[in-house]
Amino acid sequence: MNWDFIWKYLPLYEKAALLTVKIGWAGIALAIIIGILCAIVLYFRIAVLRRIVSVYIEISRNTPLLIQLFFIYYALPKIGVPVSPEACGVAGLAFLGGSYMAEAFRSGLEAIEPIQMESALSLGLEKSQALRYVIMPQAVSVSVPAFVANVIFLLKETSVFSAISLMDLMFTAKDLIGLYYKTTESLLMLVVFYLIILLPVSILGSILERRLRHAGFGS
Amino acid sequence: MKIEHLTKSFEDNVVLDDVSFTVHKGEVIVVVGPSGCGKSTMLRCINALEPIQGGKITIDGDEILYGSKNLSSLRQKIGMVFQSYDLFPHLSVLDNILLAPLKVQKRKKDEVIKEATELLERVGLGDKAKSYPRQLSGGQKQRVAIVRALCMHPEMMLFDEVTAALDPEMVREVLDVILGLAKGGMTMIIVTHEMQFARAVADRVLFLENGNIIEDADPDTFFENPKTERAKQFLNIFNFERSKEK
Amino acid sequence: MPDLGLDVLFKGKNMLRLLGGLWVAVKISLISVAISIPLGILLGIIMTSKNPIIKAVTRVYLEFIRIMPQLVLLFIVFFGSTSALGINISGELASVIVFTVWGTAEMGDLVRGALISIPKHQYESSAALALTPAKTYIYVIIPQTVRRLIPLSINLITRMIKTTSLILMIGVVEVLKVAQQIIEANRMSSPNAAFGVYLTVLLLYFIICWPISMLAKRLEKKWG
Repeated sequence: MNWDFIWKYLPLYEKAALLTVKIGWAGIALAIIIGILCAIVLYFRIAVLRRIVSVYIEISRNTPLLIQLFFIYYALPKIGVPVSPEACGVAGLAFLGGSYMAEAFRSGLEAIEPIQMESALSLGLEKSQALRYVIMPQAVSVSVPAFVANVIFLLKETSVFSAISLMDLMFTAKDLIGLYYKTTESLLMLVVFYLIILLPVSILGSILERRLRHAGFGS
Repeated sequence: MKIEHLTKSFEDNVVLDDVSFTVHKGEVIVVVGPSGCGKSTMLRCINALEPIQGGKITIDGDEILYGSKNLSSLRQKIGMVFQSYDLFPHLSVLDNILLAPLKVQKRKKDEVIKEATELLERVGLGDKAKSYPRQLSGGQKQRVAIVRALCMHPEMMLFDEVTAALDPEMVREVLDVILGLAKGGMTMIIVTHEMQFARAVADRVLFLENGNIIEDADPDTFFENPKTERAKQFLNIFNFERSKEK
Repeated sequence: MPDLGLDVLFKGKNMLRLLGGLWVAVKISLISVAISIPLGILLGIIMTSKNPIIKAVTRVYLEFIRIMPQLVLLFIVFFGSTSALGINISGELASVIVFTVWGTAEMGDLVRGALISIPKHQYESSAALALTPAKTYIYVIIPQTVRRLIPLSINLITRMIKTTSLILMIGVVEVLKVAQQIIEANRMSSPNAAFGVYLTVLLLYFIICWPISMLAKRLEKKWG
């Protein structure tokens, strides 16, 4: 093991990890917004929109992120939609993640007894108020485990970003292997950096899940 | 409140068939009838939780119409308590009560807290304001649900089998609260299976079967001399079940 | 109507070549699934063991495999085998190894989950009916476990197929690589080929994965 090599190229990995994290979280934040909106559309069975959302979810869930990225990055410019690699990474992750988040929130919403909505309405709350103060807080905490699993899944999926020439961790590792043949060192740093990014989320997830289970709303 | 020719069906199944009656101010109406006769559905229609297929429901001359814009303000006039599971589990008892007065009526917080605390005291739950629903017994939950509805200053209250899901020893504490309300002159429509309670609290009893009002009488007449054979049978079955339980 | 570069697909054997590339990806995932399922069942049963060492080892294996992006695993096996073991393995073999190791972990976790979710009273009431432990497993436990597992394993197949798109990154010539080649070869005559070809690849994946997901969903509903 060549520690000097590791020491020397550590900053490269740090920079790459930062890129992964930045684009990852931007994409996940967008995915959450898309997910909540889609879940609400499905929950309230809003005409027309519901169809569109279902089609989107099926396409997004049944195609690989890598192909989605290729399509956004290489194909969309051909019909006049130029996309930068960063924007493509965020958009691709949001497109993929939106459907997974939607499913997580939808099952959270469906886990809430309809009587909760009815009793909120019977107190004179508007539907939007009932959703905001009564249904959403409960649905969100029900969907926490699925939500955390999705975040980890999406952060892992960012590993394909190098295919659209984003200089992420995979890109850096492959580059160093190609240039210097320091395979073991490059791979070790790759694994360590992914652990640094993913382990905290995973641990936080299991803590949250345990706490929620203990608090157990159960009326 | 006036209910005229109310008709409600789920697909081909007619649940309420041309039901009409009037509720006067301060009147306590108890609705009884076999399971599936449409009692609960009727209450849900009155609060516009279900679309109706025909007829008209008005309160103070304003029509209550499923899906209409002014539903929120009309529903504020009508408090409703359900069979179970209707407290918001993520909110404390106090927050359950405060939610609608603050968000819907935009009242001052300290004023509502004061009123809520008084009402909780009155139903014997003064020390539970900070508790969460999961820490309460079924009877306590239902009393909180009643307080929550009362805090909106409704003109009338609907009770949908509020004791049906309770253990027998908790039924009394809830019914006592409702009896108290009746003495205070609250207008109420109560759906229940507790016959003794029905007799004690009612000004008028409606007997519902297959979506029709078959009898509409004062409680003494209904329980002593029901006019129809069906009501007689219904009350008999009830007595039989009672005696068997004992 | 702008040129969407769809014409390229109908030139020569381009469509056939794409399908051939897709078959490479599908083949690798099917082989991996076929090996993963029996290994995963075995792992799942082992994981219900009460031995703390076995528990710890399987747990670490599972957690490591599941937390690492599959592409990292592919890199480790593909590049690492050369430097650490001094052998050169093909991209295809590396892919099958990684997907099998990953699939076994996922399947093992599913099997473990299904096994521990069978309530204790199922064992007790079988015993009360005088069924021997073997008969309890054959007639009571396994049928219930299998019903839970089949939809989940079918889902694993679609996840596997989707993940095979990654093998492009270790140089396996699969559908995406073929797509790149076709686009490159027709750069002059059909500058917009990227649109038509990548759209086709996207749809090909969808056409394969969607029916499988639907089947899983239907079975889940039926047996849920």
